[in-house]
Amino acid sequence: MRQLIARRLLQAIPLLFVVSVVCFGLVKLAPGDPVLSFVTPNMHAEDIERIRHNLGLDQPAYVQYYHWLMECLSGNLGYSLVNHQPVFDQIVDRIPATAGLMGISIALAILIAIPLGLIAGSNRNRFIDKAINLFAYIGISVPTFWLGILAIYLFAIKLHWLPSMGMRTIGQNSAWDIIKHGILPCAVLTFGFLASYLRYIRSGTISQLKEDYVQIQYAFGSKKSTVLFRHVMKHILLPVITLLGLSIGDLVTGALVTETVFSWPGIGSLGMTAVRGMDYPVILGITIFSALLLVFGNLLADILYGVADPRIKLGEVSS
Amino acid sequence: MNRSKWRNVRNELFSNAFGIAALSILAIFTLAAAFAFLSPMDPNALDITAKLQPPSLHHLFGTDDYGRDYFTRALYGGRVSLMVGFASMILSTGIGATIGIVSGYFGGWIDNLLMRLLEVFLSIPSFLVLLLLSVFLSPSVGNIIVIIAFLMWMNIARIVRAETLSLKTREYVLYARASGQNSFGIILKHILPNLVPVIIVGATNNIASAILMESSLSFLGFGVQPPNATWGSMLNNAQSYVVNSPNLALFPGLLILLTVLSFNILGDILRVGFEPKLGRR
Repeated sequence: MRQLIARRLLQAIPLLFVVSVVCFGLVKLAPGDPVLSFVTPNMHAEDIERIRHNLGLDQPAYVQYYHWLMECLSGNLGYSLVNHQPVFDQIVDRIPATAGLMGISIALAILIAIPLGLIAGSNRNRFIDKAINLFAYIGISVPTFWLGILAIYLFAIKLHWLPSMGMRTIGQNSAWDIIKHGILPCAVLTFGFLASYLRYIRSGTISQLKEDYVQIQYAFGSKKSTVLFRHVMKHILLPVITLLGLSIGDLVTGALVTETVFSWPGIGSLGMTAVRGMDYPVILGITIFSALLLVFGNLLADILYGVADPRIKLGEVSS
Repeated sequence: MNRSKWRNVRNELFSNAFGIAALSILAIFTLAAAFAFLSPMDPNALDITAKLQPPSLHHLFGTDDYGRDYFTRALYGGRVSLMVGFASMILSTGIGATIGIVSGYFGGWIDNLLMRLLEVFLSIPSFLVLLLLSVFLSPSVGNIIVIIAFLMWMNIARIVRAETLSLKTREYVLYARASGQNSFGIILKHILPNLVPVIIVGATNNIASAILMESSLSFLGFGVQPPNATWGSMLNNAQSYVVNSPNLALFPGLLILLTVLSFNILGDILRVGFEPKLGRR
C-alpha cells in the first residue's frame, strides 16, 4: 500500500511539471507588457530596459520559465503588477475565507446528502425518490450565480434578514457577523455539492441493496432502518470520502463564481480581480495553486478509494 | 446498434414524464430560438421612455434598462446560448471520440501518450484557463466555442476509450482483423457503430455543461460581448437592476436552468435506454 502511494506521488511530479509549463506558457502568450506597470512618465528608454533586464524579461522564455520554477519551489510566486505585493502572501491571506466557506459547505452537503440519498435509493421509483431525484437534477443544472442573485434578492433586499455581500460589516469584528455574511454563499454552494453527492449516494444505495449481506440482515429480522443506517451506510460512507478528494480540486474554481457574486474575499474573487486587471503574476500563481490542489485532490481520491475498497488496485482508477 | 435498441430508448423516453417534459422544453426553446425573427419586436430597438417595465401583455418579460423588449432579447439570447452549447458539444465530442478510439484501439505508446495528455488537461483548472483565454483572445462566439470544446473533451475520450477496449476483444472484431481488414475499416465498420450509444449520452451531458460554462463566462463579462446577448450576459446586466426589476434576473436564469435540466435528464434517460441492464432509475 505504502509503495503504491509512493508510486502515485512520483507520477504526480511529471504531471505537475507539464501543467506548470502549460500554465506558464498560457500566461506568457497573453498580450500586454508587464514592464509597463513599473513605468512612470519621466523614465528614459534605458531605465525601462534596465527594469526589463532586472525582471529577467529580456531572456528567452525557457530561461524565464526555469527562473520562475526555481522561485516557485522556494515559495516565491512573484509580485502583483497592480499592488506589487508578493503573490504568495496574497493567496495565503485569502485561504481561510475560501477554505472556511468551502469546508463548511462540503461538510453540510455530505451531512444532508447521506440520509436523503439512503432514503431515495431505498424507495426507488416511489414518490419520495422522484422528488429527491428531481431536487438533485435541479442542483446540478442550476447556474450558481443565478441562485446567488435570487438569494440576495430574497433574503437581503426583500426580507433584510442577511447581508448581501462581503465577509464583515465595517467596524464590527465578531464571529456572528462573519457567520451572517457566510450563510447565503454557503447555502448556494451547499446546494450544488449536495446535488452531486446525492446522486452518487443514491445509486450507491441502490447497488448495495442488491448485495447478499442486506438479504442476510433481513433474514435475521433486522428492521429496514437498521439495515439502511447501520449496514448500508457503512458501505456508502467510504466511497463518499473519495468525493472529498475530488471536491478539494474544485476548491478555487468552484468558489470563483459564488465568491464573485457575494464579493466574498476569497481566492476566487482574488483571481477574478486579477483577470479583470490582467495581473498576470497573480493569475499564474492562482492557476498553479489550483492545479496543485486538483492533482493532489485527485491523488487523494484515488488513494482513499483504494483504502475504502482494497479490491480496486491503485492507479487503475484514474485511467 | 440495432433497431430494438432504438425502440428501447424510445420507450424509455416516452414512458417517462420527465423525459417527455425535457423533450418538449428543448423542442420549444429550439424552435423559439430558430424563429426568433418572427417576434414583432426588434431585440435592439431602444425606447428609453419604456425602460425597466414589469412584465405585461405587451412585453411578456418586461423591458430592460434601455427599454428593449426582454422577451425578444431572451429569444435571440437563447439562439447564441444554444448555438454555443451545441457547437461546443459537436467539437468536443469529435475530439474526445477520436482520441478515445485511437487510444483504445491502437493501445501501446499512442494510448500512453494520449492518456498522459488527458491527465494534463484534467489537471488544468479549466475555468481559470477559460477566463484567461477569453481575455486575450477576443471573446467572439467562435473563439468561445473552441475554448469550451478544448476544455471539455476529456470525459467522452475516457468513456469511448474504455468502450473501445472492450469492443476490441469481441469475436467479430478479432475475425475482421484476422481476415486482414485494415484498422481504419474495422474502426469505421465495427467499432464506431457500437460506440454510438456512449457517444450520444456523453454528448448530451456535454451540451449541458457547455451551456452552463458559457453562461458563467458571459455572466462574469468575459463571454459573448454586446450588442449580442446570451442568457448569461443578460444576467450580468440584470445584476445592477435586481432591486427594482428582479424579473430581469429571473427569466434568463430560469431559461438556463430549464435547458440544462432538460439535457441532463435526457442524458440519463438515454443512458438507461441504451443499457437496460442498468435498470430504470
